[in-house]
Amino acid sequence: MISAVSEAPAVPLPGSAERPAVVTALLRMQAMCVVELQKIRHDRTEIYTRAIQPALWLLIFGETFTRLRAIPTGNIPYLDYLAPGIIAQSAMFIAIFYGIMIIWERDSGVLTKLLVTPTPRTALVAGKAFAAGVKAVIQAIIVMVLAAALGVALTWNPLRWLGVMLAVVLGSAFFSCLSIAIAGIVMTRDRLMGIGQAITMPLFFGSNALYPVALMPAWLQVISHINPLSYEVDALRGLLLGTPSELPLDYLVLVAAAALGVFGASALLPRLAR
Amino acid sequence: MSSEGLDVPAVECTGLVYSLGDNRAVDGVDLRVEPGEVFGLLGPNGAGKTTTIRAITTLLPVAPGMVRVFGLDAAKRKMAVRRVLGYVPQQLSADAGLTGRENVALFARVFDVPRKARAAKVAEALEIVELTAAADRMAKTYSGGMIRRLELAQALVSSPRLLILDEPTIGLDPIARTNVWDRITTARAETGMSVLVTTHYMDEADQYCDRLALMHQGTIRAEGTPAELKAGIDPGATLEDVFRSVAGGTLEPTGGDFRSVRGTRRTATRVG
Repeated sequence: MISAVSEAPAVPLPGSAERPAVVTALLRMQAMCVVELQKIRHDRTEIYTRAIQPALWLLIFGETFTRLRAIPTGNIPYLDYLAPGIIAQSAMFIAIFYGIMIIWERDSGVLTKLLVTPTPRTALVAGKAFAAGVKAVIQAIIVMVLAAALGVALTWNPLRWLGVMLAVVLGSAFFSCLSIAIAGIVMTRDRLMGIGQAITMPLFFGSNALYPVALMPAWLQVISHINPLSYEVDALRGLLLGTPSELPLDYLVLVAAAALGVFGASALLPRLAR
Repeated sequence: MSSEGLDVPAVECTGLVYSLGDNRAVDGVDLRVEPGEVFGLLGPNGAGKTTTIRAITTLLPVAPGMVRVFGLDAAKRKMAVRRVLGYVPQQLSADAGLTGRENVALFARVFDVPRKARAAKVAEALEIVELTAAADRMAKTYSGGMIRRLELAQALVSSPRLLILDEPTIGLDPIARTNVWDRITTARAETGMSVLVTTHYMDEADQYCDRLALMHQGTIRAEGTPAELKAGIDPGATLEDVFRSVAGGTLEPTGGDFRSVRGTRRTATRVG
């Protein structure tokens, strides 16, 4: 039995040397996503506990503000308006602390070992970033089901749901890369935790998740326009509720942000291994 | 063929230098590991062993020509170097949230083991380290020795030509240590791969290494077979005597920074 390992040529493996970098990146993304799914299959506790916060946002904040009618949302109830924002927010909350896991992987040697595999840094970061998206997608589905149970008039068109998943994955990829990049700069769990908490709420409140951009003061509108979360929320709202949205622009910004995030985090990742 | 043939050294370091801040952690190391041998790198904490290993594994940026692995320049051909390496870091690096089989399968994937052969290769790697029966248990239920063997399987699944182990038996009890070394020895005998290992345990170095280099303060102070090194002190000397003669028998004030010592203690605690 041992012979198959021993007789196998050490290098190179068929086709691996000539393979385009993008194919390597896709294979690594697949490998990391498989690991994430395996972990979720073994322990679903995190999935359940993470559903509590978005549930509270919808149940308490959403229901209350729907009755207050304090925020003008056109001809749709505030709870419906809020639901896509909470989906995006809950996915962002998962991703924004992903760097803590990278630091844990650094401390436990997992990252070091992965960095010694034939995996370009960009492919490794892309793999990690999209693996974060796996959790975010599961979270999004839970919040969508919850919202539907509360009477939010969501679409049940499977193509639109696919579009929602894509937007959630791209948004998570950006925010997890942002987190990895910060981890590469601050290097420790405690500092990253502090920074993560410091930027999460400004990103949330500085987006269109809770209220229309038109209601914001001018300076906050500027922040909202450079905040990828706003584009994610706009895409989700358009897809799930059929409200007017700029889907091509939303996806363009999300793809560009994810790509920028992957390259930025890749440049900073090796600092963690030194 | 010449650069990757069997006659070229598994590892060749030429004037390797690396600074961590103001500290010259590795200060002109010349090292040659021959194909198929088990080479031990010894030295006190902070001697520069792990930095040397990290340079060889491409984790640290080094100047061209300083490090070659099977003739491949570690500065210019990082991906090709990584493809021939199997690496087990000092920390317990298996993922506790996965089963043993899933841990090994991840490394089969990231080393591009073809999909059709993957399951068989994973099973074979687990068999080499005698973890077949426990393969589908969660890694968090493994003992320290089993985790080390699992990490060995992760490193072996890609059929490496060079296996690099950083303190592979730290914190293990004597039986588990012997078991880990037995698996390393078996895998090496079966595959003919080279092994580069750092260890603090002189008895292990004496028993399992073909040749040794003793590092101190970033340089190699002595090199040879265990017998040669011992004979260099006096006929009745042990490797510990050789170690003391090199390290001076005293604790270094700069011996290992806080993070490395904390990491070592954490590893020892987790396996213990």
